[in-house]
Amino acid sequence: MSGWQQHFIIAPIVIPLVAGALLLFFDERQRVVKAMISVVSCLALAAVAIHLLRLVNSGDFEGVYLLGNWPAPFGIVLVVDRLSALMLVLASILAIPALVFALARWHTAGAHFHSLFQFLLMGLNGAFLTGDLFNLFVFFEVMLAASYGLLMHGSGPMRVKAGLHYIAVNLAAALCFLIGVSAIYGSAGTLNMADLAVRIGEIEGERRMLLEAGAAILGVVFLIKAGMWPLNFWLPGAYSAAVAPVAGIFAIMSKVGIYVILRLSLLVFGQGESAGLGLNVLLYGGMATIAFGTIGVLASQALGRLASYSVLVSSGTLLAVLGLSNGEVTAGALFYMVSSTLTIGAFFMLIELVERGQDAGASVLAVTMEAYGDADEEEEEVEVGVTMPGTIAVLGICFAACGILLSGLPPLSGFVAKFAMLTGMIGVGATGDAPIPASVWWIVGLLILSGLAALISMTRAGIRTFWASMEGTVPRVLVMEMAPVMLLIALTLTLTVKAGPAMSYMEETVRNLQQPGTYIDAVINARRAGVAEPSGPDGGGGI
Amino acid sequence: MELVLSIGIGIMTGSGVWLILRPRTYQVIIGLSLLSYAVNLFIFGVGGVKSNAAPLLGEGVDVSTLTDPVPQALVLTAIVIGFATTALFLVVLLAARGLTGTDHVDGREQPK
Repeated sequence: MSGWQQHFIIAPIVIPLVAGALLLFFDERQRVVKAMISVVSCLALAAVAIHLLRLVNSGDFEGVYLLGNWPAPFGIVLVVDRLSALMLVLASILAIPALVFALARWHTAGAHFHSLFQFLLMGLNGAFLTGDLFNLFVFFEVMLAASYGLLMHGSGPMRVKAGLHYIAVNLAAALCFLIGVSAIYGSAGTLNMADLAVRIGEIEGERRMLLEAGAAILGVVFLIKAGMWPLNFWLPGAYSAAVAPVAGIFAIMSKVGIYVILRLSLLVFGQGESAGLGLNVLLYGGMATIAFGTIGVLASQALGRLASYSVLVSSGTLLAVLGLSNGEVTAGALFYMVSSTLTIGAFFMLIELVERGQDAGASVLAVTMEAYGDADEEEEEVEVGVTMPGTIAVLGICFAACGILLSGLPPLSGFVAKFAMLTGMIGVGATGDAPIPASVWWIVGLLILSGLAALISMTRAGIRTFWASMEGTVPRVLVMEMAPVMLLIALTLTLTVKAGPAMSYMEETVRNLQQPGTYIDAVINARRAGVAEPSGPDGGGGI
Repeated sequence: MELVLSIGIGIMTGSGVWLILRPRTYQVIIGLSLLSYAVNLFIFGVGGVKSNAAPLLGEGVDVSTLTDPVPQALVLTAIVIGFATTALFLVVLLAARGLTGTDHVDGREQPK
């Protein structure tokens, strides 16, 4: 037992929980205190996540945490492996810029922004860490409940309407989640993911059918979250209605569904009789999602909707590529997930700054402020910090960077990601001597077309915003708002420069995922704290 | 008993699905409540339906005479979460009614 280091595993859940609860004690007027607590919590979270990533990467870290010191299949476990550590780092890295961006003005547009933000992070981290299906449901609900509040942050008819649809869809999805989980419990008699992976081999006949049906219903829930066509009509409305920093952090929320699908499909349905359950749905559904997203990107007039459809393109790409279930391609997909999450997060925040100079954006903000009350006079004093010099130039460069990233052009990380995926699919020796199947060619075509569509609509939007605007109104942008966007773009740049180490981490992650035995052993044989070294038959783990 | 339970779940699910597809927000919320009752009963049912059996393991008690305690614990959690989210939805529903002046789910009446 590596002793106290083990407790780092639960820290990503406890830190935002404590911070979020603490924030409730402070009145909304004590903004500085609230902001301080929030920022400290996010920084601590990032530090812990990066530390966990290092521990996991070092190889000799036992990433299993038994809650309440109950042995594995009976109690709830938290598991950190390479994939969950990666997701934790991604979530916490995205949270810092989103929070800083919100501090400039948006956190005053409604009550309890900081608490909700922390609880959202708690739900996200919990979903990434948990090794138990029902616990996953609980963390999903924590995350969703916080997201309902955040989506409607700032109020206004548009957001409330979008929120209404979003909540209705997600409540229905939560019910499906419960049906799926209970069907799995009814057939397998366990909810622990590792235990389920062990027992699935022994389940026969009708029970297997029930189990697969349960898993399929569960899959539908994650596909709703990931935004697979035709389960994604709620997404563009909800994401484009949310205020900029919230939409930025929502960029990771659609990846939670992808994370769970990746985790369960490789752990539970990686081998045995039910192997490859639903892979075709992922493959063709993902392709349909790319097509739908691409059409949406081309058709969008408003930048917010363009970004929302980019979320769909990104989700569709990941789903289709996961449907191929090819190790090398999956590694590329993980890289793509990191890159596209950072890009979309930056883009959502950038849009708000760009549109501020235009009438549409300004009027939305005005409506928000009006609906919430007399925020007008406070707003002036809230805007601490310096106005950005050379605003248009910086905005334009960031916009161009986002366009390059979204369309996957060199030199930024979007290109590296797509290149890695395409090499895995059609590169030399990708399929050995066998011919490359038609479905792969379709994905390749769709990937390239979606990049082209992103390029076209970003160029069009860029020309309209930066070149053709005659009014000459320069939006007033604060350094504090510009810095987060630049930070995210700088991160993608780092990802490009460090593409080698990053890719080898992803490849190692996929190798680990393809050998679920290690994960299962770690969970089932996790030693309890305070119990004599060889846990022995009296350890209570009689499986 | 299984038959009564499954018919009950079926009727509630059917009514719930029909209601959440209706255009009024109040119908949607009642539909979601009915669906969550159906789902809660379903969770309860997956542990096997037994009457007059305790979920307690004693010395020398045959395991097959027990009811499964796990679904009971799950259903409690599901009830609490479902209750909280329904209450939240109700608030949003009222806010939407106040802001748009209609109880249509799209925030405006369908043109006749």
